Amino acid sequence: MSSTHEHSTRDHPGHDHTGHSHSEPEAHEREPDPEIVLRERALRELLIEKGIFTADDIRRAMETMEARSPAMGARVVARAWTDPAFKTALLAHANSAVTQFGVNMGVAELTVVENTAELHNMIVCTLCSCYPRALLGIPPSWYKAKAYRSRAVRDPRGVLAEFGTVLPAEVAVRVHDSTADLRFMVLPRRPDGTEGWSAEALERLVTRDSLIGVTTARAVDGACD
Amino acid sequence: MTPAYAQGQLVRVSLRNQAGHVRTPRYLRGRVGRVARICGAYPDPERLAQGELGIPYRMLYRVAFPQRELWPGYAGAAADDLVADLYEHWLEPKDGT
Repeated sequence: MSSTHEHSTRDHPGHDHTGHSHSEPEAHEREPDPEIVLRERALRELLIEKGIFTADDIRRAMETMEARSPAMGARVVARAWTDPAFKTALLAHANSAVTQFGVNMGVAELTVVENTAELHNMIVCTLCSCYPRALLGIPPSWYKAKAYRSRAVRDPRGVLAEFGTVLPAEVAVRVHDSTADLRFMVLPRRPDGTEGWSAEALERLVTRDSLIGVTTARAVDGACD
Repeated sequence: MTPAYAQGQLVRVSLRNQAGHVRTPRYLRGRVGRVARICGAYPDPERLAQGELGIPYRMLYRVAFPQRELWPGYAGAAADDLVADLYEHWLEPKDGT
């Protein structure tokens, strides 16, 4: 049993959930492995040489990736808060709903989960760092850290409290572990005191962290909650 | 492709070790959850990772697990749960259902 386990974790070290060594820096904190850098370069140069793609294709893909940001998610949320038909479409078929914002999710299925007075959703990927990049861009480094990935599933309320989010016991916490083909975004609750606000004004209340579900949307000064 | 499990049905996650690109977290193996949603058929990631086409496709389910059943001494609310997305070949019928 133990030898089987050792064997399987050695085969996919990125998916190991046991024996975290906290003396080693997290993957995102380390300098890239020179061997991996060399292998990437060899593969890239070979593919360019064979005419599979050009250097400019790569540059453009990186530019597109880095142009995406949580601001797009905030626009989607503000629209859902102000347009009930859009909200229904977003919760039912998010991939097609976000095409209105020029977002193409590709093969990933975007799934929007709605926070309510009874339910708070938070997102994690314990196996790696799955994230709706086509919509929200590159995830924050803590999202990729082993500490968040391992603790979000077993002590979600403890992790939420560290983000300053303390929820009463009457609000259930639902953790979504992004293990497969679905990618998740939280639809936060619309803050109190924002009746009649425009979508543009509401967007500014929607933070990246509220789209991951580790916080709520920004409260309005002077509102009770 | 017809799903083997219905929404609302209790299922057990297969308790097995398997090398390769497995998308079933270890902390869920052997645990019982309830099918929350049937997502449809997707390419098998274990075969995709081998450079194959992912055939046969695998039915994907969202399965909900009560937190108190996953973690001994879980301190949160009784209604707290966790939902993970699991492929059909990692699920088994729960005994007696």
